[in-house]
Amino acid sequence: MNIIVCIKQVPDTTQVKIDPKTNTLIREGVESIINPFDMYAIEEGVRLKEKFGGKVIAITMGPPQAEAALREAISLGCDDGILVSDRAFAGSDTLATSYTLAMAVKKIETFDIIICGKQASDGDTAQVGPGIAAHLNIPQVTYVKHIKEADEEAITVERMTEEGSEILRSPLPCLITVVKEINEPRIPSLKGKMKAKKAELTCWKAIDIDCDDERLGLNGSPTQVVRIFTPPPRAQGEILEGDPQETTSKLVEMLKDSIQ
Amino acid sequence: MINYLLTEEQEMIRDLCRQITDEKIRPVAAELDKTEEFPWEIMKVMAKSDLFGLYIDEKYGGMGGGILELSIATEEFSKGCGGIAICYAASALGTLPILILGSEEQKQKYIPDLAAGKHLAAFGITEPAAGSDASAMQTTAVKKGDKYILNGTKHFITNGGEAEIYTVVAMTDKSKGSRGASIFIVEKGTPGFTFGKKEDKLGIRASATNELNFVDCEIPAENLLGKEGQGFIGAMRVFDKSRPGIGAQAVGIAQGALDHAIRYARERKQFGKSISSFQGIQFMLADMATQVEAARALVYASAREVDSGVTKNYGMHSAMSKLYASDVAMKVTTDAVQIFGGYGYMKEYPVEKYMRDAKITQIYEGTNQIQRSIIALGLIKEAAGS
Repeated sequence: MNIIVCIKQVPDTTQVKIDPKTNTLIREGVESIINPFDMYAIEEGVRLKEKFGGKVIAITMGPPQAEAALREAISLGCDDGILVSDRAFAGSDTLATSYTLAMAVKKIETFDIIICGKQASDGDTAQVGPGIAAHLNIPQVTYVKHIKEADEEAITVERMTEEGSEILRSPLPCLITVVKEINEPRIPSLKGKMKAKKAELTCWKAIDIDCDDERLGLNGSPTQVVRIFTPPPRAQGEILEGDPQETTSKLVEMLKDSIQ
Repeated sequence: MINYLLTEEQEMIRDLCRQITDEKIRPVAAELDKTEEFPWEIMKVMAKSDLFGLYIDEKYGGMGGGILELSIATEEFSKGCGGIAICYAASALGTLPILILGSEEQKQKYIPDLAAGKHLAAFGITEPAAGSDASAMQTTAVKKGDKYILNGTKHFITNGGEAEIYTVVAMTDKSKGSRGASIFIVEKGTPGFTFGKKEDKLGIRASATNELNFVDCEIPAENLLGKEGQGFIGAMRVFDKSRPGIGAQAVGIAQGALDHAIRYARERKQFGKSISSFQGIQFMLADMATQVEAARALVYASAREVDSGVTKNYGMHSAMSKLYASDVAMKVTTDAVQIFGGYGYMKEYPVEKYMRDAKITQIYEGTNQIQRSIIALGLIKEAAGS
C-alpha cells in the first residue's frame, strides 16, 4: 500500500504571539514544527505501511526551510520526502495550495491513500485536504478517527461528526483527513533520526510539476483577506432570575426581539 | 550548560531523550513514585527509540557509542525521574559483565536482545552481609559435571524481578577469598531461582529493588563469564565503567531540581517582589548551577576517558565522577527544597522527590566512602609509580 502524507510546517502555537498593531503572527524567533494534526497523519500512514507494506511519502509545500519538517517525518518512519517549493507559489491561498499539491501528487506515480491532518494550526481552514481530493477527483473522508479495515480495493473508516460518528467505506485511491483521536504519534527512533539527517529529499519547482501557472500563488488565489483582527472576548451573558414561569416568558420575549 | 562539543549524534541522543523525558516521563513521575509501579511503558518507548543499545557495538545490534552516550541518556531521563532513569541504566550495569568478560558465543546469544531493549538485565553482587565488603559473599556456585549449582541470596538488586537476564557473582572457591568469586549469567525462570521481597524505598521508587534467591539452582557451565576466579576483578572492571552513569544520574537529578528551583524563584513573590530578586536566593542558585556544571564536566570527562581506551587507570577518575556528582546532587536537591520553602517539603510540589531520589546516588554502586578509598588507592599507586 502506497501512502502519501501531506504535511505543513507551522509556527509552534504554544509560543506564538500576535502583533497587536498589525494583527499578524510574530514569526521571528518562533520555532517551526510540523502542524500537530499532521503528526497523526504521519503516524497513521506509517502504521498502514507497517501493516500492509509499501511506502510512505511525505510531501509539503513551503519555503526551503520546510525541509526540516520532511526530515522529521522521515525520522518518524516515512520513506521519502518531497518539498514543493518555488517563488511562484508565494501567496497561495487554500485553493492554489491544494491545486499545487494535487499536481505534485499526480507526478507521484501510484498511491492508494492520501492522508492529511484535519486542519493546520495556523490557518485553521481545513480546506487543503478536501481541495486536493477535489482537484484529483478522488473520494474523500474528513475527520477520520479510526481506520477499521483496509485492503487493496477499499477502506472502511469511522469519521467524527458533530452528533457522533459515521462509518464509511470508500474505494481506493482516496484521501482522508484525520483527527487527534485516531492514534498516539510515536517518538522517533535514533536510527530514524540518523536516517532522516542523511536522507536525500526531492525538491520540485513549478516547472517540475505539470501545472497551469495562472492557478499558482497569488494569481491562483481568489481569497482576499480584508481585515484580520483579534475577536473581542465573549461578553458576559445575561442571567434571568425569578420563578421558572416568569423567566420563561421573559426569555421568549427576548428571543422574539432578537429575531426582529 | 557549557558547550561540551558533543558530536551531532550525541546531540541527537540528548534531544531524543529529552523528548521522551518531557512527553513520557515527567507526566507519570509523581504517580509512579507513589504507586511504585515498574515503568514498562516507558522502557518500551526507550527500546523502540534504540536507546538500550547506545553503548553496544553495532555488530550486536547496538548503536556503537560508549559510556558517554549512555551517560547523556541517563542524565536526560534523570531530569524527569531518577527512578525511571535507573531502570534504564541498571540494565546497562547488568549487561556490562557480558560485554567485558563474555565469550563471542555468550555475546551473540545475549547482547542483541539486550541492545534492542527486548530484555532488561540486572547485576547481582550485594548480599545482606556483603555490601561494601563484597568478599564476605555467601552465595556459592559449585561445579557438577556440565552444570553449576547456585545457592544463596542476593539483595537490593535493581531491576530484580523485572529483568530477564541476571549477571550474578558467586563464590566458586571460598578458600581463595576474593580470588574465588566468579560471574554467571542466570536467566529468569531457571528452576531454583526465585525473587524475594520487593523493597519499599525512600526514593527512586519507580524502580524495582528485589531479592534474588538461589536454591540448588542449576545453570549450564557455559554460563560462566570469563574464568573461575575472575568475579571480583570483573566486577571492579564493571563498576569502573558504570560509575559515570551513576554520576550522570546524579547530575540529571540535580539539574532537574535546579530547573524547578529557578522557575519557582522567578514566580514566587514575597515582600512584594519575586524571590529571585533577593541576593540570598541568587547566590544559592549560582552555587547550585556552578556545582552541577562542575559535576557534569567531571562525569563527561571521565566517561570520555573510559571510552577512549587510552588510559588504563580510569577507575579512580570514574570514582571521582560518581563521588562528586552524587554529593552535588544531594546538596543541590536539598537547596532546591529550601528555595521552595514550606512548599518544597510538600509532596504536591516536585522537589522533595528529587531530594529523596538523590540520596541513593551517594550509596549504591559503591558508597561514597568506598569511592574515596578507590581514589586514594589510585593516588598512592600512582605516586609509587606502579
